[in-house]
Amino acid sequence: MSTRALELEVLRYNPESDREPRFQRYAIECPEEWVVLDALNHVKESVDPTLSYRWSCHMAVCGSCGMMINGEPKLACKAFLRDYAGVIRVEPLAHFPVERDLVTVIDDFMAKLARVRPYLMPKHAKAIEAGEYRQTPAELARFKRYSMCINCMLCYAACPEYALIPKYVGPAAIALAHRWNQDSRDGGRDARQQEIAATEGAWECSFVGACSEVCPEHVDPAGAIQQVKIRSTVDWYTQHLMPWLKK
Amino acid sequence: MAEEVKRKPYVRPVTSEWIFRHPRYIRYMVREFSCLFIGAWTLLMVWGLKQLAQGPQAWAAFLELLQHPVSIAFHLAALAFAVYHSVTWFNLTPKALPVQRGEAFVPDGAISGAHFAVWAVLSLAVLFLAGAF
Repeated sequence: MSTRALELEVLRYNPESDREPRFQRYAIECPEEWVVLDALNHVKESVDPTLSYRWSCHMAVCGSCGMMINGEPKLACKAFLRDYAGVIRVEPLAHFPVERDLVTVIDDFMAKLARVRPYLMPKHAKAIEAGEYRQTPAELARFKRYSMCINCMLCYAACPEYALIPKYVGPAAIALAHRWNQDSRDGGRDARQQEIAATEGAWECSFVGACSEVCPEHVDPAGAIQQVKIRSTVDWYTQHLMPWLKK
Repeated sequence: MAEEVKRKPYVRPVTSEWIFRHPRYIRYMVREFSCLFIGAWTLLMVWGLKQLAQGPQAWAAFLELLQHPVSIAFHLAALAFAVYHSVTWFNLTPKALPVQRGEAFVPDGAISGAHFAVWAVLSLAVLFLAGAF
């Protein structure tokens, strides 16, 4: 197993002693096969136990270890050292307040996620004894892509609209709302439209497309947001030009 | 009992540096910027229409103005931006208009390709009406 001399430049911030964040360099020797998360774990275990960051599964499923790696939002567990030359700069996810070191405050996203009601609101509610809500594979294919979101928030860190307009509901929350709107079993679209068809919803998006480029699960939030715009536009015309037609 | 840690979240300032963070943001800004040239060209056409309404002399002066090197340079730039704008938008259409057939989706190329085909047909129709052939 070949090793490599690695230099990490990590953003450090201690809320109790620092007025603002600063960069700290760590030089370590590590296997070439490692990912950035391995290197951070090594630093915490052997060099500097005060370093704080979030992680859990180490397999791109939990969505906890999102951070900026050389300025690009990445899952640290999916960022292989072999893809980076020279010093690797690690910063907390952009566009979120920094709690400590690489840990961000994610309350804003959590609140927005709850607002879009990302859960089944059955079209025809039935008793548990009546069995499951069944779907065909085609009905599943309609939304499956958007259901792959792991709430890692890389899309928020990539989105300049979210940076400039913090009220913007944002890519992941709108994609998850769209996921349920596309679900044949669901009847909650009208409730979700209050949030995602509003000015601070899909219409804040100017289709930079960065969210879909950085998404580690290929959810394509940018696509979902444009589809929400089109369907909301059809809603508006139906309501104003053909009010006799029921949605 | 562990000592309570005081929270003091640090909000990093947002600067215009994001544009240069990755080439995708520059490509996006160029696409947004293209509207200025397309808008200016449209205003020029409106002005030309006004000159046309004012009579043959005004119209001839307008046509002569269009042949000025600055005008030709502007038209080339406006054409380049219009093509960039159209191509980048048409390449994005499969995201906004996915077409599902059974369990599969129609390939992206077919959707953007249809847009390019309609664009070509409409452009030819306009050129035909303008007497280019």
